[in-house]
Amino acid sequence: MEYIIILIAAVFVNNIVLSQFLGICPFFGVSSKVSTSVGMSGAVLFVMTIATMVTYLLHQYVLVPAGLDYLRTITFIMVIAALVQMVEIILKKVSPPLYQALGVFLPLITTNCAVLGVAILALGLENVSLLKAVFFAIANSIGFSLALIIFASIREHLELADIPEGMKGVPINLLIAGLLSLAFLGFTGLV
Amino acid sequence: MSDSIDQKQNFLKGIVKENPVFVMLLGMCPTLGVTSSAFNGLGMGIATLFVLLMSNIVVSLIKSQIPSKVRIPAFIIIIASFVTIVEMVLEAYIPFLYEQLGIFIPLIVVNCLILGRAEAFASKNNLLSSTIDALGMGVGFVIALTILGATREILGSGSLFEIKFVPENANTFILFILPPGAFIALAYLAVIFNKISIKIT
Repeated sequence: MEYIIILIAAVFVNNIVLSQFLGICPFFGVSSKVSTSVGMSGAVLFVMTIATMVTYLLHQYVLVPAGLDYLRTITFIMVIAALVQMVEIILKKVSPPLYQALGVFLPLITTNCAVLGVAILALGLENVSLLKAVFFAIANSIGFSLALIIFASIREHLELADIPEGMKGVPINLLIAGLLSLAFLGFTGLV
Repeated sequence: MSDSIDQKQNFLKGIVKENPVFVMLLGMCPTLGVTSSAFNGLGMGIATLFVLLMSNIVVSLIKSQIPSKVRIPAFIIIIASFVTIVEMVLEAYIPFLYEQLGIFIPLIVVNCLILGRAEAFASKNNLLSSTIDALGMGVGFVIALTILGATREILGSGSLFEIKFVPENANTFILFILPPGAFIALAYLAVIFNKISIKIT
């Protein structure tokens, strides 16, 4: 039951992009086509899950016992950067088709604040355990994918729309994100 | 580039022509996430300005020592060190702001504005130019965040810097202090900013 609540909260109620504002850069950057947004979602799911697992273990068994809690930010970002590189190299060897699909998105993920954000937020969960932290990361990446793919589908339709001159480009995208976020606001109080 | 680059222009470009928020759309997560009031926007802006300034200075000083293959991780370590300093200082001296900004303080590390300036400017220019570039970009960021925070606070809670100017039970646009308001307010501010900067230049 507890896990279902975490899932619903992360996907709908506290959607990582639309209500917590994490991962805004890829949200605007790679959402012009549905196909690329699906690729990005896959890459985020992959990296976010592994990153949260590694940073959780590192925090619990190295940083806290050694009293180095204040080095959290530096350690986590280095772990994520190294991990992204490793995932890239391993994927290239082990699964070329998957690498082809996700390859271009992987380097972008290092500076995706959703990954670092979720790794830090997972530490603050109630009665946190490894399983719960990993599940939290998976739930959040599903929330990220949902927001990204909906947004990309709307943007594809926008190409045919007649937009006032001053609103073209950035402003109209921000407005759509705002309306989408308003829709997700409707889920408030669900859990 | 040499010393002959116009320092006044270098400073001003960060505020108007290449404004990090309204024009370049860099560092969007903190921009949208913490600007529910003018004070929070200002606080976040100043924290970012400090990290940007210090990392630009350090990067520009040691740029010749860093092998170009590992420059990005090196920049990230430099940035993360200053973010940790900001984190500890805020927690010790301004706990109220520390709580308000929450997760967005450690996330200054992945603010693309800072890494972007380190990579695109500080690693290629001398100390003076890099410092002024960081100041210009940082001030542009502070101004943008404060304007956005002020707009949302005025519309959403009828106050500015916590000073209320509507009656206690007045109806305000609550929407603007909620998440959707961040996107909508920024959308219209970007339109207005573009109109004004086209007129000026």
